[in-house]
Amino acid sequence: MSFWTRHQIFEKNSIVLIVGILAVIAIGGLVEITPLFYLKSTIEVVDGVRPYTPLELTGRNIYVREGCYLCHSQMIRPLRDEVERYGHFSLAAESMYDHPFQWGSKRTGPDLARVGAKYSDDWHVTHLTNPRAIVPQSVMPGYSFLAQTEVDPATIADHLRTSRIVGVPYTDDQIANAVADLTAQADPDNAGADAFTKRYPKAVVRNFDGKAGAPTEMDALIAYLQVLGTLVDFKLYNEKANLR
Amino acid sequence: MSQPLNSKSMTIGESGLAVFFAAAAFLCLIGAAKAVDVAFGFHAALGAAASLASVFVILNRYFDRPSLLPPQEINGRPNYNMGPIKFATVMSVFWGIAGFTVGLLIASQLAWPALNFDLPWTSFGRLRPLHTSAVIFAFGGNVLIATSFYVVQKTSRVRLAGDLAPWFVVLGYNFFILIAGTGYLLGVTQSKEYAEPEWYADLWLTIVWVTYLLVFLMTLVKRKEPHIFVANWFYLAFIVTIAVLHLGNNPAVPVSVFGSKSYIVWGGVQDAMFQWWYGHNAVGFFLTAGFLAIMYYFIPKRAERPIYSYRLSIIHFWALIFLYIWAGPHHLHYTALPDWAQTLGMTFSIMLWMPSWGGMINGLMTLSGAWDKLRTDPVLRMLVVSVAFYGMSTFEGPMMSIKVVNSLSHYTDWTIGHVHSGALGWVGFVSFGALYCMVPWLWDRKGLYSLKLVNWHFWIATIGIVLYISAMWVSGILQGLMWRAYTSLGFLEYSFIESVEAMHPFYMIRAAGGALFLIGSLIMAYNLWMTVRVGEAEVQSPVALQPAE
Repeated sequence: MSFWTRHQIFEKNSIVLIVGILAVIAIGGLVEITPLFYLKSTIEVVDGVRPYTPLELTGRNIYVREGCYLCHSQMIRPLRDEVERYGHFSLAAESMYDHPFQWGSKRTGPDLARVGAKYSDDWHVTHLTNPRAIVPQSVMPGYSFLAQTEVDPATIADHLRTSRIVGVPYTDDQIANAVADLTAQADPDNAGADAFTKRYPKAVVRNFDGKAGAPTEMDALIAYLQVLGTLVDFKLYNEKANLR
Repeated sequence: MSQPLNSKSMTIGESGLAVFFAAAAFLCLIGAAKAVDVAFGFHAALGAAASLASVFVILNRYFDRPSLLPPQEINGRPNYNMGPIKFATVMSVFWGIAGFTVGLLIASQLAWPALNFDLPWTSFGRLRPLHTSAVIFAFGGNVLIATSFYVVQKTSRVRLAGDLAPWFVVLGYNFFILIAGTGYLLGVTQSKEYAEPEWYADLWLTIVWVTYLLVFLMTLVKRKEPHIFVANWFYLAFIVTIAVLHLGNNPAVPVSVFGSKSYIVWGGVQDAMFQWWYGHNAVGFFLTAGFLAIMYYFIPKRAERPIYSYRLSIIHFWALIFLYIWAGPHHLHYTALPDWAQTLGMTFSIMLWMPSWGGMINGLMTLSGAWDKLRTDPVLRMLVVSVAFYGMSTFEGPMMSIKVVNSLSHYTDWTIGHVHSGALGWVGFVSFGALYCMVPWLWDRKGLYSLKLVNWHFWIATIGIVLYISAMWVSGILQGLMWRAYTSLGFLEYSFIESVEAMHPFYMIRAAGGALFLIGSLIMAYNLWMTVRVGEAEVQSPVALQPAE
């Protein structure tokens, strides 16, 4: 019986065919994905990476909602020009609390992995409202509506709680005070600002959109953009300890 | 075998589905009442309306139908079930035109940003998923469902399995598209490319897709032909693998069961790997295996020649589905994904070149002895050119997966050009060819309304594709080179915005190419419409069919 006649077992039996297909397609995925969950070298050991603050997380959800990832990557490759243009190449650890990841696949606009602290809040407000007011050649859409929409803080604790279920290490304290922290981060005069900074060390407290009143989506998005890539201090980062 | 009218009773399927939809309507109404965000409330209301309509339609159909269900055979010939196929065919033309139009709009937005209108629901970021989902899943998906249901019946010589199930698949799938598309406009997305719909749409798609698999599989199980035809292997691999990919990529925990937002279970680097394992195999199994099935049925049919090599198709099939699943990491070259995974992805992507070209050769060589038909039959020409585009993009793909090449091409428009040479040239043309074949068959017409219009469609669309992909090659490589250009003093030569500015002429050419492709599809829609409206009816020959050996 030749190989070709043996193959008839697949051609004549739909159940055998379907089992064959499942077996063949399972191998590649299993080999490539499973080790990522147990190989220690997959995610570097670094100091400084923390879960997003309630305001940053809200901003991140706006970033996702508006599809920013379709034109902006958040993944600097270890190539000379990229490191010089954007900064230290991205570490896996820097996105370990990202559900979902935002590495992106296209740079119609520049990479944003280290955009945090690069421009002023004012710059971001003007640029997001009308990109061509600052960068005449830009093809980015304007997002003026963000400044007019207030953030609804009611459900933010649920967002933190859900994030914890999927593996982001929010503490009970952080979840219990999520609503207070959301408002505090956008208002330096807020009574809760100190308590907020204790819960999220080194997090920035500023009136991001420059307007008085409750935090807007503009506050939230800028708070998120300003934290991108700032959590790891690369002056202290030991690259040799994480050789892969 | 005649039954008295009073013995008419509901089948288990009818009563079960009616109860299912009644329960679904109830759940959706609760969801609409307690919704925490507008989009979820809107979708729940849509779900309730659709469920109630389904209950009504099922009951109405029951009261109107004769006591017996349609027979499996009439006069010894299979009584094929063409209704759901006709519906999916019409929907594919509709979604195709919708998807190409949105594509033209977002291409124009990149050339003229004022077209974003600075409104949430008209900005590029929300319309781009609408474009990709509309062309891949709505247009391509309906073509695949329609052709798979057609081919599996014809090549198995039995009526499609299930009574209401095939209708459930086509209507349920299109309802999923509606939820997904309106969701994008309202800002509902989980930001996983080509898997943007949120958790509740994903759950619904799972139900629909499992039903699709069962209908297809049960039709195969009761087939009258001893062998399962080659095209059906590819359809089966497509349906099964898409189910696996969908389940693997999308597990998420909703923030509230009455809200649209969820958080995906996977995070960071693992999420990236899952995403591109899914993403590349959406290409490999949805846009390749499924459409190869179309190639394996429609090209031999139209050319009236057998498939070139049966053995080659066996090798093609197993090698393709085994190798494709490994290729995902080539989307993550030089990222924080471990090197070993990147190297595996690159290696298997290069190997994938071989089965891809094996399949192309099998498709093209099927024409041996019938090459003259390319001169006279524009439909066959469209099918053959689609296979040529398939060969071109499956050479370009492995080349771009080589890490050094990828360091230049990644993040640039070159990727967009590559995708579109596959999407417009291969998937688009093979679908158009299949639609041109299938519409006269489904509506019992002797032929198409006008072959001349097919010819116009072919040439206008081909020029459109050439403009599109050559503009993207130039802009992509230019972008990549500008980003890495250094001055003689060792400084980066260009700021990022200079590379954006340099793209402008190419973005205009790309939009023009897209417009031509859209015009071609409008010509097709007119031609198919006239075929159904005024085409000459085909008289069925009474010859009984013999099983193939």
